[in-house]
Amino acid sequence: MNQTVTIAVEKHRDYIGSKIGMWLFLFTEILLFGGMFLIYSVYRSVHPYDFHNAARELSLIIGTINTLVLLTSSLTMALSISAIQKGNKKLSIIFLILTIILGIIFLVNKYFEWDAKFQHGIYPDSPGLLKRKEGEILFYGLYFVMTGLHGLHVFAGVILLSIMLIAVIKKPYTEFSLRSPHLELFRGSRLAAYDKNRREFWKSELIDDYVKEIIVTFKYILTKEKVNKADFVQLENSGLYWHLVDIIWIFLFPLFYLIT
Amino acid sequence: MEYKENEEKVVSYGTYILVWFGLLVFTGLTVTVSGMNLGRLSIIIPLLIASSKAGMVIYFFMHLKYEGILFKVMLFITLLVVTIFIGFTFFDISYR
Amino acid sequence: MVNDRVAGNHEGMSFLEEEGRYRGIGAWIFSTNHKRIGILYLVVMLTFFAVGATIGLLMKLELIAPGPTIMQPQTYNALFTLHGVIMIFLFIIPGLAAPFGNFFLPILIGAKDVAFPRVNLLSWWFFISGGVLAIVSLFTGGGPIDTGWTFYVPYSIRTGANVSLAVFGVFLIGCSSILTGVNFLTTIHRLRAPGMTWFRLPLFIWSLYATAWIQLLATPIIGITLLLIILERFFGIGFFDPTKGGDPILFQHLFWIYSHPAVYIMILPAMGVIAEILPVFARRTVFGYKAIAFSSLAIAFVGSLVWGHHMFVTGMSDRAGMIFSLITFLVAIPSGIKVFNWVATLYKGSIDLNPALLFALSFIFLFSLGGLSGLVQNTLAVNLLVHDTYWIVGHFHYVMFGGAGFAFFAALHYWLPKMFGRMYNKKIATIAWMIIFIGFNILYFPMFILGVRGMPRRYYDYLPEFHTEHLISTIGSWILISGLILMFSNLINALFKGEKADINPWGGATLEWQIPSPPPPENFEKIPIVEHGPYVFKR
Repeated sequence: MNQTVTIAVEKHRDYIGSKIGMWLFLFTEILLFGGMFLIYSVYRSVHPYDFHNAARELSLIIGTINTLVLLTSSLTMALSISAIQKGNKKLSIIFLILTIILGIIFLVNKYFEWDAKFQHGIYPDSPGLLKRKEGEILFYGLYFVMTGLHGLHVFAGVILLSIMLIAVIKKPYTEFSLRSPHLELFRGSRLAAYDKNRREFWKSELIDDYVKEIIVTFKYILTKEKVNKADFVQLENSGLYWHLVDIIWIFLFPLFYLIT
Repeated sequence: MEYKENEEKVVSYGTYILVWFGLLVFTGLTVTVSGMNLGRLSIIIPLLIASSKAGMVIYFFMHLKYEGILFKVMLFITLLVVTIFIGFTFFDISYR
Repeated sequence: MVNDRVAGNHEGMSFLEEEGRYRGIGAWIFSTNHKRIGILYLVVMLTFFAVGATIGLLMKLELIAPGPTIMQPQTYNALFTLHGVIMIFLFIIPGLAAPFGNFFLPILIGAKDVAFPRVNLLSWWFFISGGVLAIVSLFTGGGPIDTGWTFYVPYSIRTGANVSLAVFGVFLIGCSSILTGVNFLTTIHRLRAPGMTWFRLPLFIWSLYATAWIQLLATPIIGITLLLIILERFFGIGFFDPTKGGDPILFQHLFWIYSHPAVYIMILPAMGVIAEILPVFARRTVFGYKAIAFSSLAIAFVGSLVWGHHMFVTGMSDRAGMIFSLITFLVAIPSGIKVFNWVATLYKGSIDLNPALLFALSFIFLFSLGGLSGLVQNTLAVNLLVHDTYWIVGHFHYVMFGGAGFAFFAALHYWLPKMFGRMYNKKIATIAWMIIFIGFNILYFPMFILGVRGMPRRYYDYLPEFHTEHLISTIGSWILISGLILMFSNLINALFKGEKADINPWGGATLEWQIPSPPPPENFEKIPIVEHGPYVFKR
């Protein structure tokens, strides 16, 4: 006996909604750092010379290298997404790996920078720091907090992109699952799947009393012609986050390293 | 709700590389300028350059150029609010 | 993000009964269904409200006479801090948006759920984690925090009390608020049913929209500020420490940049619910729909420009004082527009004195009183005299409790039948309302008098000349609490023994009244097609 039960499948993919959500989250990050930029502006306006003097002790070379590193990582991130949009999964993965490596390089540089400062006895509440002028104490307070907070975000970004890397490598491009709500309808029968030409390409086992749940998952592989924007929206959103981390550094760099 | 799949522009690799070059140029510019003594302008110019760089990243790398007007308006509101928060605080700080 | 679901027929099951992957309590605390999450918020918030109210009662009991009554000064400091933190961060800021917004936003716009259901659940988990941490902080470390809910430096940096843990709890609650803001904004932009144009949205949705913007943009500022308190306590960074060049007033700027817009997070959804209730029980459409909608946005925006009015006496510049005072007077205008429009909605309406309406009407009265008192304290010269006195305490209780609190009770009485499918006893509800209203005014009105006469706030003890008003006020607190107990008993009793509620007991015209009480898991069998605005009534 062949009975067709139609289950209405709602493909509820809101690609634009997903992107809106990410942008809104990024706005909160802008405000979070905005608070720190507020503090920076206030104290710099009150102690311009102290800030200038303290900034000369930062390494312009490492700062510039880090800037170039992050800018390039933004490039590779964007290229990674373009690659996947064009159906070139392999290239996309290469660019993604490059992005992650560049992020790690940034963090390593940061580690050496901070370490150098610690070796010189400069860290929050250190005796060496407290002997200096108030403006310099504030400068270094801001330096550690702002680059520290930013570094945390870079770290989180590296983790996020690594997860995305695994997802992109493992994932066939589209997957959707059906869960059946009414098992009773199916008892004593089998599930079958038909293609466009009504040819059966798959059939399940008999659904007897031991079956507790039915989940049918379709995975289909991306081809150049069949790229769905929603397939890589997660990668795109991760990219947005990464670009924001880059943008924050774009402002941190001149404010800390270039006020000489 | 309809899904307008494949409606979006795929940005070419070349465009991204061009933007990247622009970012490098601006970085070089800002480093050079920092060595000069410009008096009052030494605060404004680096900020302007940084804003331009950020603008390029947002507009091209983050695709804002190709997004609907909603995204642009929302970004504008956010930046406006940050500016207000910092600006109004200076009504206090600058006039004590 | 792929989110395919089978739109099966759940055969008349309500969301209260649906069985998912989990059983028992797991079916609730791991549910991504917006209605269950709304109820989770409701339950947790009302529990915290009970704790906060009890603390308030104890505080008033201490203040019944000069000198020690039932506690020592340090305890009193901890209590008023806790009272503020609980009532503000765990009750009034989530307010009407977290329980009723979560429950009704998708339904009112004709959607099946919010845009990001899993993020929604995460929001709730942040919320309860933050609340638990705040409670734990009472019993660990250096003891309960005693800085006042405003955490002003330098005391919050120097006190031995357990500030860091409590403040981190509040940080988590802030994360909850931010994620809710992201969710609501995306949902309103993307998931409106066909035909539900912006100007056909119920006004509650407009208020949630404006609130979500504030949640999104203001909360991160307190996020960073709270983190800085913790960093300051652990690492001595120096941003707010004068010996290191820091400025304590800068802390206050950062704190109030969030905390003033926070009061609009508290009041906007409340105003939105009032705009829902009045048309239904006046049986006529709301007066000035667009004015109310736009005034919500105006309040959100202008309200972000006025934070300095909390700082007039701190040593802030005079120029800043004048600017903030001026803009604060301006922000009263959109609120005034709303009050006018609400009253105009009632004019020539066919009034049904339902408990929900009684709470709504008293909202208008109490909020207006509180708002007007705000104008008084916003006057720079007067502020010098009333800042940090009981005038301020009276003001904010009138707007927060008389305003948002009463609106919360109104929403409970309006929507409980829909949420749970049960009707409560309206007569008892009316009596409870009367007791609450009388108790409220006896408790809080004397505070205006105390303030004008010079009684400072957050004081454990006072001069005998202030005794009479404090005594009256404490008696008012007993009357109020009796009314609250009666009201909640009535509602809780209804949940278990109330009559089954109709699909539309009040004759409302918005979308929630067209689906069963309680609603099925996916709200609508078919997404409705909207053809006209809300509030269309047949006489």
